[in-house]
Amino acid sequence: MKEIVVISGKGGTGKTSLTASLAFLSGNNAVIADCDVDAADMHLLMSPDFGYREDFYSGQVASIDTDICTSCDLCREKCRFDAIDKVNEKYIVRELDCEGCGYCARICPVEAISMNDQYSGQFFISKSRMDNTLVHARLGIGAENSGKLVAKVKKEARKIAEEENKDFVIADGSPGIGCPVISSLSGADFVVIVTEPTVSGIHDMKRVYELVKKFDIRVSCIINKYDLNPEITSEIMKFIDSESIIHLGNIPYSKVFTEAVTKGITIMENGDKEMAAIVTNSWSKIREYIDD
Amino acid sequence: MKIAIASGKGGTGKTTLATNLAAYLSGSTRIILADLDVEEPNSGLFIRGERIFREDRYKMIPRWVEKDCTFCGLCQEVCNYNAVLNLGTQILIYPELCHSCYACSELCPTDALPMQKQKMGVLNHYRNGNIDFIESHLDVGQEQAVPLIEQTLKYLDDKFPDDSIVLLDSPPGTSCPVIEATKNADRVILVTEPTPFGLHDLRLAVETMEKLGKDFAVVINRDGTGNKGVEEYCKKKKIKIIARIKDSRQVAEIYSRGELVYDKVDDFKESLEGVKDYIVNMRG
Repeated sequence: MKEIVVISGKGGTGKTSLTASLAFLSGNNAVIADCDVDAADMHLLMSPDFGYREDFYSGQVASIDTDICTSCDLCREKCRFDAIDKVNEKYIVRELDCEGCGYCARICPVEAISMNDQYSGQFFISKSRMDNTLVHARLGIGAENSGKLVAKVKKEARKIAEEENKDFVIADGSPGIGCPVISSLSGADFVVIVTEPTVSGIHDMKRVYELVKKFDIRVSCIINKYDLNPEITSEIMKFIDSESIIHLGNIPYSKVFTEAVTKGITIMENGDKEMAAIVTNSWSKIREYIDD
Repeated sequence: MKIAIASGKGGTGKTTLATNLAAYLSGSTRIILADLDVEEPNSGLFIRGERIFREDRYKMIPRWVEKDCTFCGLCQEVCNYNAVLNLGTQILIYPELCHSCYACSELCPTDALPMQKQKMGVLNHYRNGNIDFIESHLDVGQEQAVPLIEQTLKYLDDKFPDDSIVLLDSPPGTSCPVIEATKNADRVILVTEPTPFGLHDLRLAVETMEKLGKDFAVVINRDGTGNKGVEEYCKKKKIKIIARIKDSRQVAEIYSRGELVYDKVDDFKESLEGVKDYIVNMRG
């Protein structure tokens, strides 16, 4: 079983549309993981049944029992996150600021502070309309530890793929270069970077590539909207070449992305043969290189 | 006065709006623009200027002093992030897991874990006419954006008077980095696009802003594509739509080159008027 992760650095490059297209092409041969738990959108294209769901708890949050609290101020003094506030002479925890370190609970002289598990979101295992399994999640508002939820999504997807003898796990990765994307990349075999020929597209691609290089993963790249700026496209091509990144293909600037999303389908299914051919060809290349 | 420009979904045009708005408003007043998307900061590709300040930014992590350590194991016990491991002959510290809570350091009975600085990124301050532009970027491999966002906001608070107009280009999503970037903003502008992706992620962003108790409004980018879902949602929730930016390949091409749009495309500039009104009537 091989794990393919699609990332982009920059948002809005067409990452999710492409991942869903790969999910469509692989069909029953893959388990799909939506690791973009912050703004999970794969379900909008895959019509999952949300067959299994569970609440996900991760990390902790402090709470102060004001009946016991003697207002000694020690917790507020020690908290590095300014998460403890004094309101009307009572001490309270600002939950969105609390990072769950537990320092306050440990040092409170009258044990007025308890640490409670924090609800971080919901986790789902679904059958999708593409005859495959989608493992996905929804991060709670303002929740910490999105990296941990990503790790759980990936772990479950991997487990199902192994149990059911699938060839692939295909993951829609998170944006950025921080903890969720690091979690998306760990353990992956093959990464697809989706970029676009804009100053920010190339900038973010190079930054996320610096991160990818820290992992032992084969790297490939697909350029979306390649005809938007031919100069930057050739700059990206040169970069890809100099770094020995596998070039999967170039996709033209097209309304098909928006049209397909609006209908809740992938760009493979919107009747644009040229588009479908480019994506199908990219998928063949991935399959060819991943077995090298 | 801080105005955060945020979105649930990435790539909806936050940076386009933030940079163009900054440049447009700077025609008549002083503007401070801060790029808080420290993982992938892009505003600096559009707003350039003379750098007047640059400083490495640090987070604090414990350092093990072997000669003072008794291997009592308290450090490992108090760390809720599994960032400290007591091997009995050695204490291992994982800086990327550390949240700088100081518990291990301050509770260590023999002071064997003093806190020390570790570089996590860089803060730059540029000036261009009426615009002060501040951007921070996280070093590649650093996992936590929040401490750097926090320090950048502190820099703004220390440097500029309270009545300055500060535009915050925020990170995408709804988790800790965006909370940090928006929690002290006076108003939040949510940029979305009229597609099911845009709507889905806008809902999450709206829930986040409601939870934070923020005054917020919506800008629809790439208007004219997709469907009416976002419009209907905003109408039902009575959310103000302060601008609609027309979908245009011309705008996309200008953006791709790293150029500002408002001085080249008239109806883009008109869209900014609605955003300006939203900001100005807050002042009044």
